[in-house]
Amino acid sequence: MTAKQLGKRLLQIAVVAAGITFLTFLITYLAPGDPVRTMYATAGIMPGEEIIQQTREAMGLNRPVLAQYFDWLQNCLRGDLGVSYAYNEPVSALLLDRLWPTLKLALFSMVLMLLAAVPVGMAQATHQNRALDYALRSLTFFGISMPNFWVGMLLMLFFCVRLQLLPVVCSAGDFKSLLLPAVTLAFAMSAKYARQVRAAILEELRQDYVTGARARGVAEWKVLWWNVFPNALLPLITLLGLSLGSLLGGAAVVEVIFSYPGLGSLAVSAITAYDYPLIQGYVLWISLIYMLVNLAVDVSYAYIDPRIREKRRGG
Amino acid sequence: MKFKPFVQKNRVFCLFAALALLLVLAAVFAPVVTGGVSPEDAVLKDALQPPGAGHIFGTDKLGRDIFARVIYGARTSLAAAFSVVLIIFALGTALGVAAGSFGGWADAVIMRIADLMVSFPGMVFAMAVAGVMGASVRNAVIAVSLVSWTKYARLARSLTLKIRSLDYVSAAVVTGSKTSCILTRYILPNVIPTLAVTAAADIGGMMLELAGLSFLGFGAKAPTPEWGLMLNEGRQFIQSAPWMMIYPGAALFVVVAVFNLLGDALRDLLDPRDV
Repeated sequence: MTAKQLGKRLLQIAVVAAGITFLTFLITYLAPGDPVRTMYATAGIMPGEEIIQQTREAMGLNRPVLAQYFDWLQNCLRGDLGVSYAYNEPVSALLLDRLWPTLKLALFSMVLMLLAAVPVGMAQATHQNRALDYALRSLTFFGISMPNFWVGMLLMLFFCVRLQLLPVVCSAGDFKSLLLPAVTLAFAMSAKYARQVRAAILEELRQDYVTGARARGVAEWKVLWWNVFPNALLPLITLLGLSLGSLLGGAAVVEVIFSYPGLGSLAVSAITAYDYPLIQGYVLWISLIYMLVNLAVDVSYAYIDPRIREKRRGG
Repeated sequence: MKFKPFVQKNRVFCLFAALALLLVLAAVFAPVVTGGVSPEDAVLKDALQPPGAGHIFGTDKLGRDIFARVIYGARTSLAAAFSVVLIIFALGTALGVAAGSFGGWADAVIMRIADLMVSFPGMVFAMAVAGVMGASVRNAVIAVSLVSWTKYARLARSLTLKIRSLDYVSAAVVTGSKTSCILTRYILPNVIPTLAVTAAADIGGMMLELAGLSFLGFGAKAPTPEWGLMLNEGRQFIQSAPWMMIYPGAALFVVVAVFNLLGDALRDLLDPRDV
């Protein structure tokens, strides 16, 4: 990536980040009801009208929206996202506590997904329009149409209730409690990716270099794994970045099912309790992480793909 | 095209279209299908009964018939998913065509907003919006629409730009056609088919997202029969009454599968290159 492109990209990011913070801030404005009353109600206090007015003034809620936004933004930039109404702790500390479990879950499910999707997609592509392809295609179709919360509950019913192999509640941070949530998340994703892998490999198999390699008598498995596979992997990298975003959001459902102590389940309880600072913090964090991951993907893409790298150097 | 040759030529599509129609009819005529059993009739002495002769899908914690709730749940899910798809289709097409044909600041503003919405993980934002506005099917529909229209706007914009540069549009401009006439007679009819295919393929996915929101408690509220909500209620009884989660989940799966298959078939029908 040249300096100019990087600069342009960074400017774009600044605009998007500003937009993200504004929308996040706006979420509380969509809320019916009064944040001050909600705050006191979640703390279990019923204050008088006078105290409510004083708190409104103290929290700056009587000022214009934009002024409030800039105040909030200033605090955010200093790393201060406010104090959670329900937990009475700084939002950043709460989020930081839950960040690693969720990231661990997301990354583990991605690894599982790749382990399933790559062989399946590969097998489909090499057996295009034959029995195996059709069989696997209907399997991936199942994966796409199954609601992931249902898959999670069926897995739970089977492994935790019937066979009693795994714990029903995944409170501990051990591998056993990570397994079922990760499998659940990986299930639908691997179906989607198997289709992508199939399409990408078929596309590469049509290229001239494959015909060339075959003509030189290179063994078919070598052509597949040494030549075709790395090239087919390229378009998947962008998708992986996008998937991380949907994983961070979609994980909420799965975290709730398995009582997994991650960001998603924290967010769900925060939304249910109208804990606005925590909701804002969550949306802000997830969106910024998502944005950074996609930036990293874009930059790495330019370095991984030699064609783009050469073009950059030449032009 | 005549009906019979059309069916013979597009067997797969017609099969799934018929299945989808059947599901819609089952939802519309839910009272007939359930034989008059109400989904909200609680008979506490019949609570948590396993599937059997009286209740083929069993009963839930309040003794409500799960079969009736599953059938009536189709109404909620289908209506909500159709509303979302209709809203994002209309909104996305309108904004995308406007951005593509007017260009300038309208284009810049609309597309920057679309970029911004894409930079959020959709489900996270939908969760926050639906939850904060208060749990209801209507709010869930609004939240999902809010994060999903951008795909249509981008697609409509790029199609519009492509069509606008074609000779017959230039000819219309040269012969003095009004802008509104060019839009409605030349651009929209060429943009809508592609977007309609996308919309049809999205019905299943939208249904899953809406059910997910309801499952988390940000959509339908009890006692509404809704599959996501039923799955959430069934979660607490996974050990003692697993049928409470098996049937609503299976219903959701079947309906989503049928609409996904219909979407695929429709795409193959209209765009045979993509097979």
